Amino acid sequence: MKGTAWKFGDDIDTDIIVPGRYLIYTDEERLAEHCMEGLDADFDKKCKNGDFIVAGRNFGCGSSREHAPIALKGVGVAAVIAESFARIFYRNATNVGVPLLEAPGICELVENQEEIEVDMEKGLITNENGDSIEFKKLPPFMLEILEQGGLIEYLKNKR
Amino acid sequence: MPTMSEKILARASGKNEVEAGDIVIANIDVAMTHDLTGPLSVESFEKIGAEKVWDASKIVIPFDHQVPADSIDSANNHMLMREFVKQQGIEHFYDVNAGVCHQILPELGHVVPGEVIVGADSHTCTHGALGAFATGIGSTDMAMVFAEGNLWFKVPETNRFEITGKLKENVYAKDVILHIIGQMSVDGSTYKACEFAGETIEDMSVSERMVICNMAIEMGGKTGLVEPDKKTIEYVENHSKKPYKVYKTDLDSPSLNIIDIDVSDLEPQVACPHNVDNVRPVSEVDQEIDQVFLGSCTNGRLSDLREAAKIIKGKKVANGTRMLVIPASKEVYSKALDEGLLKIFVDAGALVSAPCCGPCLGGHTGIIGPGEVSLSTSNRNFKGRQGSPDGKVFLASAAVAAASAIEGRIVAPE
Ligand code: SF4
Repeated sequence: MKGTAWKFGDDIDTDIIVPGRYLIYTDEERLAEHCMEGLDADFDKKCKNGDFIVAGRNFGCGSSREHAPIALKGVGVAAVIAESFARIFYRNATNVGVPLLEAPGICELVENQEEIEVDMEKGLITNENGDSIEFKKLPPFMLEILEQGGLIEYLKNKR
Repeated sequence: MPTMSEKILARASGKNEVEAGDIVIANIDVAMTHDLTGPLSVESFEKIGAEKVWDASKIVIPFDHQVPADSIDSANNHMLMREFVKQQGIEHFYDVNAGVCHQILPELGHVVPGEVIVGADSHTCTHGALGAFATGIGSTDMAMVFAEGNLWFKVPETNRFEITGKLKENVYAKDVILHIIGQMSVDGSTYKACEFAGETIEDMSVSERMVICNMAIEMGGKTGLVEPDKKTIEYVENHSKKPYKVYKTDLDSPSLNIIDIDVSDLEPQVACPHNVDNVRPVSEVDQEIDQVFLGSCTNGRLSDLREAAKIIKGKKVANGTRMLVIPASKEVYSKALDEGLLKIFVDAGALVSAPCCGPCLGGHTGIIGPGEVSLSTSNRNFKGRQGSPDGKVFLASAAVAAASAIEGRIVAPE
């Protein structure tokens, strides 16, 4: 996978990813319109399908709102790559089909809006200079859930 | 040698023993979803192709975030949920007049020691104050629970906070937990069960323990827990008819990390924007405020209203500052009426509203504008949490909120 990296800091919380006043919506499109709006009001327009979010520690801390990973999915984020993730968000993102890659050192490797390449099989992230770091590879069952677009599709296909 | 979390999860997954790191499938005793996370849970439930919930008596659905409905969209969400309740025969449904989920669940007897409780809300960890294993989950996980009655968990390690020292006057449970989060940082307990123990916790009422457990998630905790004691049992027997089981932690458990905290010199604390671990003593903060919010699942209980009323009685909310008082539940509201507390607030110039989440999540009432400053007794001060991303939210106890409302700036009560 290749795409632009949109870089954010530490402790990006679920209120940043999608503010509380939009939780009345459940559809991807409307949630996507407000994705990251507190930090960048035009993020939904800038982020293209297949782009990445790169962030520091504790990405997704805060509430259990599944609206947050749904909004990220809606803007087309192919994966979030961070130094570390918060717990409930980690589960929710996997369940809705947004891959989360834990890659210590990612903030040093990647500049904002740099084109990066992510190799899910090798577990490698490479920047424009050709430098790369490893991320913790996802277990096969998680990859299967993600490939099918989330837990619900996965379960339906299994039935 | 297990911790109480390990013992509860072993019981719920039908095993003799489990240890931290194990993946278990635990049977769920209570599943809660509210008006804001409910619609997604229901959508996912339908998408799975499930038809009937596993047990209509174990699901609790309160409306609290957007009540009464403030837009056609929220009215639609409410209608969708009411229809689901009817269709599934959900036994415990609380419409717009009941109060905030984490206050009414224990109050109405849905929480007892030893249970596994999941809620589609991150502050579900509050219920560990009664010795349950309670944790927040997302809507897809909730749909799974609705369909199957169980869910997989990774058994957590435990951070056990041994808290000692007698609290000084005007220092409360809120100050203790803000202090701990300030020490630990916002990801200092990620994935861990956070147990609160020691003489300071023993001295606290069940309500105060709820304040502490409520905020375990703000340091990344999977749950907050207090071992049940006489006070817990008294509370539970007064509020619930359900059977319960008391579990305690064996202190020789290998998955236990003990952290000693002495609070005898602690001053009133405030969490400054935009992270909950940005904690300072009130005396070091020089800040004017536009809005004060007294309420939420953290500090909207009767004891909070009493403390605030004591300070505000006969005084006036400062010119240029507005104060919102929102009791956390119908029961709190009704008792506060009987005790004359609400009149004290109204006479001081505060607005008193019906039980709901209020400004806590910036979705309903009391939204702040660009550049405005809110002092709130709730649990999160994230950027944009109470409205404009250019606003600021400070967090403190009910007593600090009341004293500050009178002064129009953040101050500690005298
Ligand atoms: S009061 Fe605030 S934190 Fe508590 S349930 Fe409501 S929105 Fe969530």
